[in-house]
Amino acid sequence: MIIGRVSGEIHSTINHPFYDSRKLLVVEKTDPAGTPTGDYLIAVDVVDAGVGERVLVLDEGNGARQVFASDDAPVRSVVVGIIDHIETPR
Amino acid sequence: MLLGRVVGSVVPCVVAAGLEGMPMLLVQPLDTTGKPTGRTLVAADGTRMAGPGELVYYEGGREAALALDPWFVPVDHAIVGIVDRVHTPGLEAKP
Repeated sequence: MIIGRVSGEIHSTINHPFYDSRKLLVVEKTDPAGTPTGDYLIAVDVVDAGVGERVLVLDEGNGARQVFASDDAPVRSVVVGIIDHIETPR
Repeated sequence: MLLGRVVGSVVPCVVAAGLEGMPMLLVQPLDTTGKPTGRTLVAADGTRMAGPGELVYYEGGREAALALDPWFVPVDHAIVGIVDRVHTPGLEAKP
């Protein structure tokens, strides 16, 4: 899974039926310290995360479809957690 | 998924089975500020409604084909939605 920070929301009316009434978040990827890596992805939110929050993103199709109990959803990235705290013992 | 701007369309004369009539669009990937990043790619248009100039989001990989009907087709990028608005500091979508 990927660590990131939510930087925005995407609104659309014309989309694949799977995305009807789903919340899409723009997630900037970060390293464990919170520094942006410069990369981002758009992920479906299932944990009600908001802009500014650090999140855990699943970026794999089979697991993502399992989250939505679907065999044919065109989805790969899902926000599956909100991060409280990361500890990195040195 | 990533954001992209449709910059053109591609008209193939021969396609693999299942892709007949599928709109193929030229997409320029964008970063979250709306700046072009990387090279343009060709994506099947799962919405069948996107056109040049529009801001879209597209899926890559095996999941891309799942956005299409029929879904068992050789496609690696597909447009799954047209963006109305990106609510993020720095980029407001211009549909």
